[in-house]
Amino acid sequence: MIRLENLVKNYGQVHAVDNISFDVPEGQILGFLGPNGAGKSTTLKVLTCFLSPTNGNIIVDDKYNIYEHSREIRQMIGYLPENNPLYTDMTVYDFLAFIADMRSIPKQEFKQTLRRVISKTGIEEVISKRIDTLSKGYKQRVGLAQAIIHDPRILILDEPTTGLDPNQIIEIRELIQELGKDKTLIISSHILQEVQAVCDRIIIINKGKIVADGATEELKAAHRNKTHLVLISDIPQAEIATLTQAIPALTLIETSSEADNTKYEIEFDTNQDFRKDIYNWFKQTNWVLLEMYRESVSLEDVFRNLTIDDGGTTS
Amino acid sequence: MRYSKLISKKEFQTYFQSPAAYIVMVVFLLITGWFFSSPLFLNNQADMRSLFGIIPIIYLFFIPAITMGLVAKERSSGTLELLTTLPVNDAEIIHGKFLSALGLIAVTMLFTLIHLFTIIILGTELDYGPIFTGYLGLLLLGGVYTSVGIFTSALTENQIVAFIISFLIVFFLFILEYTLMIIPSGVAGFFQYISVGYHLSNLTRGVIDTRNIIYFLSLIVFFLRLAVVAMESRKWK
Repeated sequence: MIRLENLVKNYGQVHAVDNISFDVPEGQILGFLGPNGAGKSTTLKVLTCFLSPTNGNIIVDDKYNIYEHSREIRQMIGYLPENNPLYTDMTVYDFLAFIADMRSIPKQEFKQTLRRVISKTGIEEVISKRIDTLSKGYKQRVGLAQAIIHDPRILILDEPTTGLDPNQIIEIRELIQELGKDKTLIISSHILQEVQAVCDRIIIINKGKIVADGATEELKAAHRNKTHLVLISDIPQAEIATLTQAIPALTLIETSSEADNTKYEIEFDTNQDFRKDIYNWFKQTNWVLLEMYRESVSLEDVFRNLTIDDGGTTS
Repeated sequence: MRYSKLISKKEFQTYFQSPAAYIVMVVFLLITGWFFSSPLFLNNQADMRSLFGIIPIIYLFFIPAITMGLVAKERSSGTLELLTTLPVNDAEIIHGKFLSALGLIAVTMLFTLIHLFTIIILGTELDYGPIFTGYLGLLLLGGVYTSVGIFTSALTENQIVAFIISFLIVFFLFILEYTLMIIPSGVAGFFQYISVGYHLSNLTRGVIDTRNIIYFLSLIVFFLRLAVVAMESRKWK
C-alpha cells in the first residue's frame, strides 16, 4: 500500500535518510525503530508531505506519488507528529471542529464523527476545555482524535508515548492497538517494548539506513543464537575459572559481588544446553549454587547489537 | 479558496481569544482618537484628514504586531507540521492568514468610524467621496503591510525578529516619500513611485486612479508570493 523507493533526504551535508526502500502492505502495523537521530521522523515527515525528499519517491496505493499527489496522500493519512503539536489556545471542541472542516467532513456528519472519535479516544470529559489546561495524557488523546477524525486508511504516529507516565503509556498503547485493527499503521519509536507489544513487523534504522527488517518474532529468533545465563553462587571469583576450564564452551562475561555471594553472567551457544553440566559440576564441588536463570533475549539486545558501533557508543 | 476561508475563520477567532489583539486594538484606537480630538478642541477643527494622516504611521507598529505570530508561532510551537500535513497547500494557508489579519484591520477601522459620526453630529459640511476613498486607501495600505508582515513571519520562528524585519520593510516603504529631497533627481521619480505615501495621497484626496490601486495590489501579491516561497523553503532545506 505504501512503497518507499530509494528515499534519500539530506540536511545540508548530513544524510538523515540514506537510500531507504520498503513496502508496507495494507493493514500492517509497522514499528519504525531506531535511536534518536536515526532518521525515523524525517522519513515520516517526507511520507506525510511535510518535507520533500532529496531523492527517491513514495508511492501510495500504486497510483499516488508524493510529488504530484501530495494532497490526495495527505487526505488519506492521519498523522500525529512528534511532540504532538496542538493549537493550545483553542478548546478541544473548536480544535476538532477546525480539523474536521479541513478534512472536508460535511457539517451534518460532524456530530456523529465527533461522537465516534470521542468514544474511541475517551475525551468526553475535556471536550469543552482549552487544550493548554489538559494533562499530557489527554493532550495525546486529543492528538490521536485529530489524527483519526476522518477515518483515514493510513495512520502515522511519531513517538506517540514520549513523555507520558507508565499508566498513560499503557492506555495509549491499548488505544493504538484498538485503532490499528482496521488501518495501516506506522509507529515510530525509540522504545522497544512499545513496538514489541503492538507491531506485526519491525524495521530498525540507524544513521539513515535500514539495519533490520522483519516480523517481531523473526527478529528476536534471528538474534537468539546465544544463551545468557546468570549464576549466583558463593564460589569466589578466583575459583570460577575452574568452572570455565571444566566446560570450555562457556564464556564468562561479567562478575559482580553481592554481599557474601557473587553474580556471574555466562554465555554459550544456544544449539547446546549446558545447564545440566553446570549443575553437575557444582554438585561435585563444595560450592553452593543459589540461583541459576536464563535471561531471555529481548529486542533490546537486538536493537543494541544493531545500532551500537564497534567502538561501543550509540550513534 | 475553501481552505483559505476556513483558516482565516480560525485565525480570526484566535485573535479574539487572546488578550493581545484587544490590547493592540485599544492602543491603536487611543492614539488615533487623541490625534483626532486634540485638533477638534484646540483648533475647533473637525475633519478626517488628521486621522488619515496619523493612521499610516500607527500602522507601522500595529500591523507588524498583529502579523508577527501568524506563521512564526506555528513554526515555534510545531503546529506548522500539523497544519501543512492537512490536505491544504501553502498558498491557501498564507492567503487564509492574510485575510484574517486584514479582517482584524477592517474591524479596527470600523471603530474609527466613531470619529466620522462625531463630525456628522457636529454638523460640519462633509465631502463623503474622499472619506470613502481614504478608507479604501487605508485598507489597501493595511493589505500591503500585512503581506509584508506575513512574509517576515514566514521567514523565522522568532516573533520578535519577524516584527523587527517587517517594521524595517514597511518603514522603508513609508519613509521614502520624505527622503526625496536628499536623493539625486535622476532616481527621485522612481523612489517617489515606490513610496506608499505618494499612492496613498491620491486616494485621501478622493481620486481613484487605477495606477495607485495596481501599485497596492501588486505589492500585496508580491509579498504574499514571497511568503509562500518562504513557507515552501522548509521542504528543500
